[in-house]
Order: sequence, then C-alpha cells, then structure tokens
Amino acid sequence: MQKVYLDNTATTPLLPEVREAMMPYLEGVFGNPSSLHDWGDGAREALETARDRVARLIGADAEGIIFTGSGTEANNLAVKGLAMAQQKKGKHVVVSAIEHFSVLHSARTLEKWGFEVSEVPVDKHGTVDPEDVRKSLRKDTVLVSVMHANGEVGTIEPIGEIAKITRENNVVFHTDAVATAGTMPVDIKELGVDVLSLAGNQFYGPKGVGALWVRKGVRIMPIIDGGIQEGGRRAGTENIPAIVGLGKAAELARNDMARRIKHLAPLRDRLLKELPGRIKNVVVTGHPRNRLPGHASFCVEFIEGEAMLMLLNSKGVAVSSGSACTSRALKASHVLIAMGISHELAQGSVLFTLGIDSTAKGIDYVLETMPPVVDRLRQMSPLYSKFTKASKGGK
Amino acid sequence: MPVYNEKVMDHFMNPRNVGEIESPDGFGEVGNPVCGDMMTFYIKVKDNRLEDVKYKTFGCGAAIAVSSMVSEMAKGKTLEEAEKITPKSVADELKGLPKQKFHCSNLGAQALNKAIKDYLSKKKTKGGKER
Repeated sequence: MQKVYLDNTATTPLLPEVREAMMPYLEGVFGNPSSLHDWGDGAREALETARDRVARLIGADAEGIIFTGSGTEANNLAVKGLAMAQQKKGKHVVVSAIEHFSVLHSARTLEKWGFEVSEVPVDKHGTVDPEDVRKSLRKDTVLVSVMHANGEVGTIEPIGEIAKITRENNVVFHTDAVATAGTMPVDIKELGVDVLSLAGNQFYGPKGVGALWVRKGVRIMPIIDGGIQEGGRRAGTENIPAIVGLGKAAELARNDMARRIKHLAPLRDRLLKELPGRIKNVVVTGHPRNRLPGHASFCVEFIEGEAMLMLLNSKGVAVSSGSACTSRALKASHVLIAMGISHELAQGSVLFTLGIDSTAKGIDYVLETMPPVVDRLRQMSPLYSKFTKASKGGK
Repeated sequence: MPVYNEKVMDHFMNPRNVGEIESPDGFGEVGNPVCGDMMTFYIKVKDNRLEDVKYKTFGCGAAIAVSSMVSEMAKGKTLEEAEKITPKSVADELKGLPKQKFHCSNLGAQALNKAIKDYLSKKKTKGGKER
C-alpha cells in the first residue's frame, strides 16, 4: 500500500544531514557549554555555531537568539516574559483570536496575574485587520502578539503592517513564526517585529527544540529560573544535540528554500483546486492565495474529521483535523469558529500539510482515495441523508 | 490509531446494519451536529421483537462503532430486553471506549430507546394495532 504523509504541521521528518550533524554530540562531544575546560569548549562552539545559523535564517543578530525546549516554550517565554518585564508600564496585552494555544493560554495565565487581554478578530479567511490591532491599543498596552501564519488554515498575516502600528505606538510586537520560519522567507527587518518564535520540527530539524529571537534593548523576564545560560534568559543546561540539529536544519532551509517552495506550491494548488472539483460540498478554509506553501485545508460537509482521518489512515494517508472529536478537549477548533465557520461544518475539518518528500504521485493517490472515503461516511450520515432528501424537493 | 481497541476498530471499519428503514415502526434521533455527534435509529417490530434495526450516524470513529454495536445487540431482542441496553453495556460489549469518548459519542443506546418509545407511543395512539 502506498504511504503518503501529509501531516507536516504536526511534525516534519528529520533530514539525514541534520541527523549526521547531531551524531557527534550524542556520541563523543558531551561537554557542558558552561564548563571552562576543553570539553566545555567543544560544546560551546557547537552552541554558538547553531546560534549563528538560526539567526541567519531570520536575518537577525546571533545575540538575540534564545534557545528553548520547543516552539511552545518560546511562545510562553515571549508572552509571559515580555508582559511581566513591562508590568510597571502597563498591564494590557493584545493577541489575535486564532493564536496557537501556547500564546492564548499564556495570555489566560497573564489574566490570572492581573493583566487584561484583548483579542482581535479575524475575517472569514482568517486574516487579522491591522486596523483592529490599532483600535485595540491602549495607553497601558505593553505587548501585541499576532502569529505570522496559522498552522491550521495556512493563512499568512499582515505582520509588516501591524508592526508599523506597534512601532508608532511604542508597543512591543511578538510574532509566532513557528509555521513559517524555515518554510518560507522570514526576515525580522522586513517584518519589523521585536520578538519572534520558531521551532525545529517544522523544518526537518529535531523535536524538543525551539528558539526565541528578542531585539536588542527589549526587556524580557525569564520564565525558567536557574543559571546564567542563554544570557540569563533561559536557565538549564542546553540540549546541545537538538540545538545543533536546529542550526543545521536552519542552514539547509535557508539554502534550499526557493527550491522547496517551488516544489510544494504547485502540489498544494492541485489539492486546493482539484479536491473541491472531485467532491461536492467541500470548502477551502483559510486564505485562497495568501497561504503557507505546503498547506491545503478544507471542511467537508455532513461528515466528521476523525472518522475521515481514520479511514484515510487505513488507506495509508496521514492527515489531521480540527474537529471537536479529534481534540482532547472535545471542542471545535477555535480557529475555524473565529473565522465564522459553524460548529457543524467545523466538524468536517481536514488538513493536508505537504513536505519536501511529497510527490505528484502521492497527491494523485490522495485525490483518488479521498472521494470514496467521503462518500462512504456520507452514506452513513443522517445529515447527508436530510440534505439529499431536501435537495430532491422532498421533505 | 492506537486509541481504539480492535473490536471498536472492527465496528468502525465494517459497521453493521447501516441504513434507513422506509416507514419504520419507531424512529429515534439524539445529539446534534453542534456538539459533534448525531445518531438516528430506525426499528421494525414484529411480535414484540426488534425484527430490524438500522441507523445513520454523524460523528467520530467511536460514534460509528457504538451505533453498529447497538444495532447488533438489539436485533432480534424483545422490546423489554432491548430497553435494557445502556451506554455502559454497549461500551462493555465493545471491550471499552477511550475515557473522553464515553459520554459524547456513546449515544447509541439512547437513540435506540427513543425509537422504542416512539414505537410504543404510536402503538398507544393507534389503539394497540401492530403494523
């Protein structure tokens, strides 16, 4: 049976070159970069090389990079750390309604700590209107956090325009670039942000490692206390093999990015165009054009995402869904709901996230496999039965 | 898919008795698409027994497996026996459901019972005439 992995938003595989780069630090070079002897030097050199590579990926200075244990940790550090460092100035924070839970739940924690949080809405494509950000700003606003692109619907946000507004108003601007860094061009000068999060397992690096870049002069309070690692901003002995892997993945992504996008975008466009052509009552979620290069997401009417996911898995195809049933919390995706999609339609969420291993043949297979899977579940669905009876003119 | 056991997977992959019954003796619908799951059950009754049970389900893997299991458990039973089918007995017959799925997706027994009640109330209004 053909195997087609289209869940690269969950995690990408590790590139062999990245694994190779990591191996010496799992086997021989084991020192602690804080140590002052030769063993420590070897690890420290690796750490700083990785820092340079990650910085170069986003056009930043190496000194601004803080390594973390994940994209989630980077977002926690950004939202909590930036707000707490500025609490004398004010206690108001602005986030978008479609942020990742690592941002939204951090904001919720800030509320428990006495901050006020405003959520800016999105339109039906999941795009934030920069003017809504402007309107939400107050004298006591200390932080705005809007993601660069949404991993669930693929929409790319107007970060540059939002940054102009935050700069005019002297408010720190963080963007969660976990979905974009290493996947499409991300340059902190072009974006104009002050703080940016990224994660290794989104661009063929290892899991369990992320980074936060903080502009020089922006104050941030650590959320993990301990030693003086990472300039005192993130304590704990550094995970050298993972950090080396992240650095290598960043270097490869930077060199190979144009080719990767050229490979992914046409495959994505085929899915976006042909799937709704082959299956009736399917809608594309997210922005039709302004979206991540390998991201195709849909809502299929009358059926539920988990059932779809399981049947596709039985055919060798890996996808994910934002349906209530697939979430542990059994809640419909906050992203789809914020875009004005009904709870019922959100149940039929399915997303295909392509990677550098994706092939035209794999997409052909998905386009062939999907219609019978949908049909099978629709034949079982009381909603579909009501729909077909109603459209036949019966009652 | 490690969250479901083999028996649940079997009922999901090969659901029994899917469909609708034209002019059923009883009909029951529970859940709604907003909360995630919806099930409709159709029954045909003869000599106080469930001669036929069919259903349609909108929902996750567990919801589909539960409907299938209920239909299998109910078919051929007397109304009194079928009324004793509960979410717990269905989950037991399926050798267990993931904890978070037990409440939201386990509506099959409820839908079946609704169909039986529908049958009984129709029977009452028709003065005991069995179709």
